[in-house]
Amino acid sequence: MSFIEINNVCKHYDKTVVLERVNAKVEHGEFITLVGASGCGKTTFLKMLLGTEVPSRGSITLHNRPIAQEPGPDRGIVFQRYSVFPHLTALQNLILAHEFKHARLIGKLFGQKRNEAIAQAYTMLTSVGLEHADDRYPHQLSGGMQQRLAIAQAFMQQPEVLLLDEPFGALDPGIRGDMHQLVLDIWGKTAINIFMITHDLKEGFYLGTRLWVFDKIRHDPQAPHAYGATITYDIPLGHTDRSTYKTIHRALQRNKPVATRNSQ
Amino acid sequence: MQHRWTMKRLINIQPSPLARIILAALPFIITLLLYLWISDMRLSSNPNDKLMPAFSSFATAISELAFTPSKRTGEYLFWIDTVSSLQRLLLGVSISALIGLIVGLLNGAIPLLRANLSPYITVLSLIPPMAILPILFIIFGLEELSKVILIVIGITPFIIRDLQGKTLELPSEQLIKAQTLGASTWQILLRVILPQMVPRLIEAIRLSLGPAWLFLISAEAIAAQSGLGYRIFLVRRYLSMDVILPYVVWITLLAFILDWLLRKLSQRVFPWFHDPR
Ligand SMILES: Nc1ncnc2c1ncn2[C@@H]1O[C@H](COP(=O)(O)OP(=O)(O)O)[C@@H](O)[C@H]1O
Ligand SMILES: [Mg+2]
Repeated sequence: MSFIEINNVCKHYDKTVVLERVNAKVEHGEFITLVGASGCGKTTFLKMLLGTEVPSRGSITLHNRPIAQEPGPDRGIVFQRYSVFPHLTALQNLILAHEFKHARLIGKLFGQKRNEAIAQAYTMLTSVGLEHADDRYPHQLSGGMQQRLAIAQAFMQQPEVLLLDEPFGALDPGIRGDMHQLVLDIWGKTAINIFMITHDLKEGFYLGTRLWVFDKIRHDPQAPHAYGATITYDIPLGHTDRSTYKTIHRALQRNKPVATRNSQ
Repeated sequence: MQHRWTMKRLINIQPSPLARIILAALPFIITLLLYLWISDMRLSSNPNDKLMPAFSSFATAISELAFTPSKRTGEYLFWIDTVSSLQRLLLGVSISALIGLIVGLLNGAIPLLRANLSPYITVLSLIPPMAILPILFIIFGLEELSKVILIVIGITPFIIRDLQGKTLELPSEQLIKAQTLGASTWQILLRVILPQMVPRLIEAIRLSLGPAWLFLISAEAIAAQSGLGYRIFLVRRYLSMDVILPYVVWITLLAFILDWLLRKLSQRVFPWFHDPR
């Protein structure tokens, strides 16, 4: 059995069919990028992985078990907006996952345990370049900094699956390059499985180890909502194993020209 | 070059800081002058006119109430009135705030509870509190309790509904995010929703202070031994405008100070709530 199995999943709202006959198997550590026309059901698909939406038919399994029908600590998420807590500073946002885990009753850590959490949080803050913004509230951070914080926050929890819904869609193109580097860095260091929706096909090809295209194969001009989208292209983007990735990544870091990633 | 001489649109003209102060003070000054002028006219045609006393009469009346012990009880009535009213008001508002915060927050966060309580609270909030004041007097007596409870009944439903709405307005992304960080319902209530609702509670309290004063003064007018509202309605019999008007100004000032304190407190403690705007 694969890590994640999507079996004949169909999703409709009343008479509007959004997704139909979606089938896929996903292995550990894959970085899947999802592209498709706006409104074709990419977010809906991600929500079913997240557990805030349930398939109308078919099933999604994680570790051979049906995926939980509510969000949980095994699946992290970064939205386009509203991803960090406005009432907490950057540091407080990062230690929150620890506090939830180790202080079941009051959700707040003190003393030694808090210091340990803070130490870990600083490591993470540094790796996303926010070590000097630790005591700032989200509204005092730029959009790019907020998204970096959101990614760091999601990784603090060490989820098995990370879901990204157009996380860089609202950012300046200049900042996106840094964000790509950051995500690839962290993905390279952990055994995490990433699903990332993007409207930027180039970004999809560059980041992923596998690209899914969502589209409708059947059309009824009389009833545009009668059929849903499915995965029309499932394109492997080079080898999925991390060692290959690391080789390329190191090469990139040395600024040496590298052949396309598909040519491995 | 022509546009240099054309006037900006009205919506684009901002007053300078000094102009702002002058503009703000102007209505107060005009009201005051208008009062002095009319009062003067009335008093010169009829020195016994009680409707619009001169400022000197205010001073005499208030110094008698505030700085001279009462002949009957030896108390300083103005301060006794102020303390009684503030006590009732603050007690009533605090109880309402506490109930409003807890019920509003739980209602907003937990669909099962909302389905259970929300229609009930909506109906309760439609009961005119003044209409049940007699019932309160019957059950709780004519003492302090019924006045405090009138305030509580009067403003709690509003606070509950306001906070329920504000809780529901929190982006669902935040609640989802908290769950992906491993939070339980209780932890989400405690660490995500509650801290974000406290500044909103302060806003709701500021909005309820007006109605709270209304209920307080109404209750005091009907049955009390002291209180700002009690005094106003007591001296009404003697047409003592020299007492009523300073009391009204004093109540307004107290209301303004309370509102100002709450606003400053919120700005100081919750910078993340106020700065983004
Ligand atoms: N809760 C819902 N109720 C009804 N229709 C919905 C709901 N959520 C999404 N849809 C519809 O499903 C379709 C796919 O939406 P979405 O998954 O957000 O698309 P994408 O993310 O690919 O742009 C849209 O046509 C949208 O209107
Ligand atoms: Mg979408």
